[in-house]
Amino acid sequence: MAQLTYREAVAAGIAQEMERDPTVVLLGEDVGPQGGVFKTTVGLFSRFGADRVWDTPISEQAILGSAMGAAMTGLRPVAEIMFSDFLAVCWDVVTNQIAKMRYMTDGQVTVPLVIKTGNGGGLRFGAQHSQALENWAMAVPGLKVVAPATPADVKGLMAAAIRDPDPVLFFEAKSLYGTSGDVPEGEHVEPLGVAKVVRAGSSCTLVALGPMVPRAVEAAEQLAARGIDAQVIDVRSLVPLDTRTILGAISQTSRAFTVEENPRLCGWGAEIASLAGEECFYDLDGPVVRITSPHVPVPSADTLEDTVRPSVDRIVETVAREMAR
Amino acid sequence: MSLSVARWSPETSEPAPLERPAQLALYGLMVSMRLFEKRVFDLYLENLGKGPAHLALGQEAIAAGFGHALRADDYSFATYRGHAHLLARGADQGTMMGELLGRANGILHGKGGSMHLADASRGMMGSNAIVGAHLPIACGTAWSSKIRKSGQVTVCFFGDGTTNIGAFHEALNLAAVWKLPVVFVCENNLYMEYTPIASVIAVNHPAADRAASYGLAPWTIDGNDVEACHSAATAAYERARSGEGPSLIEALTYRHGGHSRADPATYRPKAEVEEWLKRDPIDRYKAALLAAGSAEAELDDIVALARAEVDRATEFAKAGARPDPDQAETNVFADGGAAWRN
Repeated sequence: MAQLTYREAVAAGIAQEMERDPTVVLLGEDVGPQGGVFKTTVGLFSRFGADRVWDTPISEQAILGSAMGAAMTGLRPVAEIMFSDFLAVCWDVVTNQIAKMRYMTDGQVTVPLVIKTGNGGGLRFGAQHSQALENWAMAVPGLKVVAPATPADVKGLMAAAIRDPDPVLFFEAKSLYGTSGDVPEGEHVEPLGVAKVVRAGSSCTLVALGPMVPRAVEAAEQLAARGIDAQVIDVRSLVPLDTRTILGAISQTSRAFTVEENPRLCGWGAEIASLAGEECFYDLDGPVVRITSPHVPVPSADTLEDTVRPSVDRIVETVAREMAR
Repeated sequence: MSLSVARWSPETSEPAPLERPAQLALYGLMVSMRLFEKRVFDLYLENLGKGPAHLALGQEAIAAGFGHALRADDYSFATYRGHAHLLARGADQGTMMGELLGRANGILHGKGGSMHLADASRGMMGSNAIVGAHLPIACGTAWSSKIRKSGQVTVCFFGDGTTNIGAFHEALNLAAVWKLPVVFVCENNLYMEYTPIASVIAVNHPAADRAASYGLAPWTIDGNDVEACHSAATAAYERARSGEGPSLIEALTYRHGGHSRADPATYRPKAEVEEWLKRDPIDRYKAALLAAGSAEAELDDIVALARAEVDRATEFAKAGARPDPDQAETNVFADGGAAWRN
């Protein structure tokens, strides 16, 4: 095991795959000698050279269009969209092109690529650089959607995403870039579509994603002191969605809470709640409760942003209140 | 509206004059495109084809000239007005027609339709229904060829209206900066859907007058002259293959019909339509071939063969079954299925 930061694990995952597969190429704004604005591609340019790592203009449609064309013709590109908010300026490429090409051609063409992007709030960047928009991606048929919470999963899921034959949106939690954790040395691949029980518990299940996972775990520790033994599930992959693990855990504890950074309406947890209602209604002792950001743009001031994103306190209070009903 | 055709070609040697077999092939291609699309028009009138069909009647010289000059392993991209660009790569008319009629024997088994026709096995990587979206993708196939050092060229066709959308400019800039082996061909038919292009651009030539922004030479050609198209294509492909980077070619042309089959195109002045009908690329080329010594009977035979092929394709398509409903949930993902959960 090596101690890596979340951002170092991104580069480690890409490096592992570039080493293994000469068709893997990287492109994006400042991803070359500068190592990326978030320093998630440090060392890749010097190690793999200008034929494999390409700095681009600020042209998100050109970045993703190029990645797509390359993916259709034998390469496996990893394209960086610096902030996930910028997906909005190339959303046509993501949704109308990359996601649909295989279906529209009934399999003539496949598009094996990874779009890696810094997602979510916590850095006081304001409304246009702080959105958690994993739920946008989840709503588009043809995309796979991954959002790791730990450095080990960053490396392992990045490797799996690059190897996957389908397009994968890889949401990196900006607020976790500086966090550290154990990462297996040597080849490490975590399969897509597998949720993880990160804390066992019998009273209720907290279903969390990305930066909300460590908050849910911390909340569970505090809830334990109040006599509530919460199980925590790290969803890790929204598409494919590991409903067996998630719904199994919900059925087992009979109560469930989702912890989501995305704004309220049509957040990913709404799908979990809906599935729970359809498929494990009779195992439930109460409603599935969603803990989300309110349905507002993300404000800039630190105190306001902290109010918006689900906090450990809010998780604890919500769970305690609902469990006491 | 009249636009000048200010000829420009890169500093490469003039391509050799076309041999007779190539000339007859170009003529045959244009005739096939014309007859195929006329049949499409009729079949849609009979309600055998549903949804939109954007015909390129009158614009055949561009598809034929640029298509014929490609290497078999080159890549091409077209817009939703793309039927002719598949035919130019030798795609099978029967499965193309099957696709237009929504049949299981269609080339995309009913998943694509008129606006999304593709034949990747022949390098035709897709027709795109989002204006301008395929230009960045064409950069990608060209980028891939460059990285793989395969010597393949990508040609990307688009309309005059595309030159006002952001993707056009992002793609042109990237292609120029990265010196990608891609040839962008603007099929300037003077109308952006129902609106004269001249009323929505601040320059005379929608593509050529923007070329300087990307360090490219302005290059306009007569898009109704199939040999001019073939010659420009040959020069631009050679430039791309030799590592000199992209080209942007504006080919002036005119569609005989409306934007789509729902559009009678009454917004176009009668005199303008008549003027352009006189410049029909097939009539012109036929006259040129006759003047150069071809026998009328020889050209008639080409037409008869083309008509027989369209007839065959029509019967093949009509005989096709409807797609199995189960097929709606296949091929979303590479495992062949659509499962988003376990």
